[in-house]
Amino acid sequence: MRLEAIASPTLVRSLGLPALALVATFVVGGLLAMLAGADPLATFGLIVKGAAGSRFALLETLNRATPLIFTGLAVAVAFRARLWNIGAEAQLYAGALITVLIGTRLALPGPVLIPLMGLGALLAGGVVLLGPVLLKTRLGVDEVVTTLLFNFIMLLLISLLLEGPMKDPLGMGWPKSEAIPRDARLPRIVDGLRLHWGFGLALLSAVAIWVIQTRTTLGYEIRAVGLNAEAARFAGVPVGAVMVKTALLSGGLAALAGYSEVAGLKGNLTLDLSPGFGYTGIVVAMLALLHPLGVVVSALFVAGIFVGADGMSRAAEVPTYIADILLACALLFMVLAILLTKFRVLRG
Amino acid sequence: MSEIVDILISASFWAAVLRIASPLIFATMGELICERAGVLNLGIEGIMVIGAFSGWIAVYSGLPLWGGVAVAMLAGMGFGALHAVLTVPFGLSQHVVGIGITLLATSSAYYAYRLSLPQVTSPPRIEPFQPVQIPGLSDLPFVGPALFSQTPLTYFAFLTVLVVALVLYRTPLGLALRAVGENPGAVEAQGLSVTALRMGAVIFGSGLMAVGGAFLTISAFSSFFFEMVNGRGWICIALVVFGAWSPSRALLGALLFAAFDALQIRLQQTGFGTLVPYQVFLMIPYVLSILALILMSRRANVPAALMVPYNRGER
Amino acid sequence: MALAAVAQGDPVLRLSGITKRFGALVANDSISFDLARGEVMALLGENGAGKTTLMNILFGHYSADSGEVEVFGHPLPPGQPGAALRAGVGMVHQHFTLADNMSVLDNILLGTEPFWKLGIGRAAARARVAALAQDFGLWVDPDAVVAGLSVGERQRVEILKALYRDAKILILDEPTAVLTPQETDALFVTLRRAVALGLSVIFISHKLHEVMAISARVLVLRHGRLVGTVATAETDRHRLAEMMVGAEITPPAPSRATPGAPLLVLDRVSTAPQGQRPGLREVSLSLRAGQITGLAGVSGNGQGALADLLSGLVSPRQGRFEIAGQEVAQWSPRAAIAAQIGRIPEDRHRTGTIADFTLTENAILETYGNRPHSRDGWMNWRAAQRWTENLIALYDVRCPGPGTRIRLLSGGNMQKLILGRVLEEAPKVILANQPVRGLDIGAVTYVQNQLLAARDAGAAVLLISEDLDEILTLSDVIHVISEGRLSPGFPRGTMKPADLGQWMAGQGFDHAA
Repeated sequence: MRLEAIASPTLVRSLGLPALALVATFVVGGLLAMLAGADPLATFGLIVKGAAGSRFALLETLNRATPLIFTGLAVAVAFRARLWNIGAEAQLYAGALITVLIGTRLALPGPVLIPLMGLGALLAGGVVLLGPVLLKTRLGVDEVVTTLLFNFIMLLLISLLLEGPMKDPLGMGWPKSEAIPRDARLPRIVDGLRLHWGFGLALLSAVAIWVIQTRTTLGYEIRAVGLNAEAARFAGVPVGAVMVKTALLSGGLAALAGYSEVAGLKGNLTLDLSPGFGYTGIVVAMLALLHPLGVVVSALFVAGIFVGADGMSRAAEVPTYIADILLACALLFMVLAILLTKFRVLRG
Repeated sequence: MSEIVDILISASFWAAVLRIASPLIFATMGELICERAGVLNLGIEGIMVIGAFSGWIAVYSGLPLWGGVAVAMLAGMGFGALHAVLTVPFGLSQHVVGIGITLLATSSAYYAYRLSLPQVTSPPRIEPFQPVQIPGLSDLPFVGPALFSQTPLTYFAFLTVLVVALVLYRTPLGLALRAVGENPGAVEAQGLSVTALRMGAVIFGSGLMAVGGAFLTISAFSSFFFEMVNGRGWICIALVVFGAWSPSRALLGALLFAAFDALQIRLQQTGFGTLVPYQVFLMIPYVLSILALILMSRRANVPAALMVPYNRGER
Repeated sequence: MALAAVAQGDPVLRLSGITKRFGALVANDSISFDLARGEVMALLGENGAGKTTLMNILFGHYSADSGEVEVFGHPLPPGQPGAALRAGVGMVHQHFTLADNMSVLDNILLGTEPFWKLGIGRAAARARVAALAQDFGLWVDPDAVVAGLSVGERQRVEILKALYRDAKILILDEPTAVLTPQETDALFVTLRRAVALGLSVIFISHKLHEVMAISARVLVLRHGRLVGTVATAETDRHRLAEMMVGAEITPPAPSRATPGAPLLVLDRVSTAPQGQRPGLREVSLSLRAGQITGLAGVSGNGQGALADLLSGLVSPRQGRFEIAGQEVAQWSPRAAIAAQIGRIPEDRHRTGTIADFTLTENAILETYGNRPHSRDGWMNWRAAQRWTENLIALYDVRCPGPGTRIRLLSGGNMQKLILGRVLEEAPKVILANQPVRGLDIGAVTYVQNQLLAARDAGAAVLLISEDLDEILTLSDVIHVISEGRLSPGFPRGTMKPADLGQWMAGQGFDHAA
């Protein structure tokens, strides 16, 4: 078989194939439900109900989407520059760590702490990604493996700190940090609704990234480097500097997920702060075709599946891991569908 | 210092090195085959998980141990086939597909585990491979208990390296595999199928990765835990780079790596270990992997067509 | 001196009604021909006429949409290079198909033995390769690693690969494009021996004098169609050229140059080698205003290093590098642009443009940081688009509009946009690296006339090309580069191709001061 580029794909092709990818994902999901002895349609019904069936469910979905918007943006920004940042998990924890350190160690009023913690997190995440990126640009070390390995190192470092110098003396032996003061928490968007300003910050970040990508020279440089680094370097684009800026942006965004989870939701740092938000960010970004505004939509979708699957598994005998399988399938089907919108398959 | 010397001269230390190295050897050889053919297989971590689970569940449901190895291999080859179809004929990003396969294989293993054992709280055990004494060799002083008191799967791992090296450098198939990772156009111009060679390499390589995973559940331990692979796949990718894509040097890398790992486990029990938090010891493998990548970055003979998809007749 | 065509008995090869479409483009339109035993047939046509596509169908890289290939009377299954090889068809590709990390012998053996067999039959193969090398005059060390071979040696390996598999029909795709005149002569000797031994040869080229020299019969392709078949003895260069292009060709006839001051001077400059590519070795060169300096040489002899140096990609390791009388300190692509060096890169697809960018985004690639394209880090897309529309009009870029992705443009139109991007900045020095490679004749003439106009306006032009005819036509001064060393400059009209060929083969450098 051979692939041939399509000069101008029809609308049916460019929308139909991604839609088909989602249908295929749910067909797989249905089969998995049947494997568990459940009725597929009823299972999907329970997932939808669990994700959006009540005000509580809906808010839970929005809350779960918040860190995913951040990590999705982090991945989308990096992948645009062909910087394979698989380390959003480590950058998230770095952001959470700095948030807690600033929030608990600096005796400052809340309104000062809130932006300070955010800035600290932004910087910390950028710095964490800077290491692998400099290894890539200076020595040619593949960043996929180094960012992946950093995830493990970071988690062990957090564990070390939580069992050592940062251990909460009142934590009854659990490895968790002290909580940041009440007045340093992100306030709720609407009084009485369990949704904090982290979500607002996430939406704002998505718009900001969109503006950067389409309206600034940096955005132009990032796209040039990502699409053809050799041509960009020849034309005088400072490829190394663009990579470093991309790393700071991407790492910073991932770290904001940690900031928002700590300052908006949890208040302290634990080892289970993130159930893989960093890895799921890859799926979120790919489903959004790396478009920053699309990341918001796909994060809501992905969060809905997770929250919905939690609710569903309480009611039916289908393990919650169905959500992870669905997302992995969606990722693989989607990249294939996107390819087929641009190329047709020929024999011979 | 004397503590380290004590450790190094104990036979049990060297036995542990071989044991720890075994899963790494299988998976590293699998990844090496994929990369020599030009495909980076980031599905390795997930494929090791599916290997660990499927091998274990096969034995748990009554198959003999070698049956478990075969089941793991087949499961790995299945996910490898998916990876191969997406990255070879379709030429999709090997990074994205690899991560996708890892997510899919891992979650499939977890789903299947929950489905088959919904109620258990502590993971059930199987009877794993037992050490096999080799007549003559195992009775040697020091060398016997150190090197020749292993489970069959460990001996098998070393045999795998030998076979991989033999095929790669001493057969026409190996010639074609090395060529397809360097210049697929050269392979096609000689009438061979680039697609078949690359897909074959990815599928077989994935099978080996899964056997590496299965080693954990049916040879090293006796149960399946979540997160038991714990980044070993990523470490193997670093080992392939460290070994400069040569089987013998990758084997050396795996052994060196296992030696450090075995040493840190033992150091934790010593007086030194009580001074340093255990997390520092656990970090060592990952830090070593990164150091290995940095060390080899300047002189690696990376296959020229690694990660470059081949579209027939593209100009 | 053409070989007599001896069309005895049945044809060894017959193509009937071969048609191949790529999307809307008809690359081959119902092409039929026969090839006789012992015949050298030339396939002549401009770039993009469909020669390579036709041969790729014959060899099985592509399947035809319709039509049939018969070898020795048996139909060839489509789309299988393996089947073509077994039937006795061998192909020497324009872009060599060798694995650089392996030896010559292993490249020849690749795919000739069953996969599952312990041991590779190198001993027997070495003897056969030696015999073939003797018979056909193709000497090359069988144990050398391909990465270290010269272009001429690589081509000999490609031919040996085909002969080792008992090819009876040899296809050579633009085989002389990368050879010195002397190497071309040696290749022709090999081909004549081959046909004397009963082989048949298809020789693809767009160089008329070579076609006249080697072939017995010429097939001319134009826009995918077979527009004529003539016996070489019954035609001449002018008539072939007209058949190929469809109109009479008028090559550019440059007026006398009026050289000015040196604008860019290299004084014993050396650069570090890049992988297999040699660096510059004590190169001294002076590019003068109002003059085209031609750089001849076999590809891979340091042209890339010199181009990289002038582009700003590489800095000198030793020696003095001056632009407009000032020694260069901080050197980078940006510095080169700032020093008003206009750069037309060798590979317009890989380095010249970004395929998925629009025309506008490509047009501002070197100047996006300046007004009016941007201000304080904010892009002004409207100004950029106006600028691009202007370039499109001035340089006759045929395209649907500035918002089109550049990958959809033909090579000629892509090159015109790059030319416009460079020339509109009024460069003092112009680096033109293979500026017309792969273009059709209309675009070739356009690009060459633009370079001459820039010269007459006072720019110092460095023209790098593997096509000696192009160098000889356009250059006011010619240098030859070989293994990173540069010959003295020869003024227009003082050197014949064969003399330059000596320098290209590396002779003469030791005597030159």
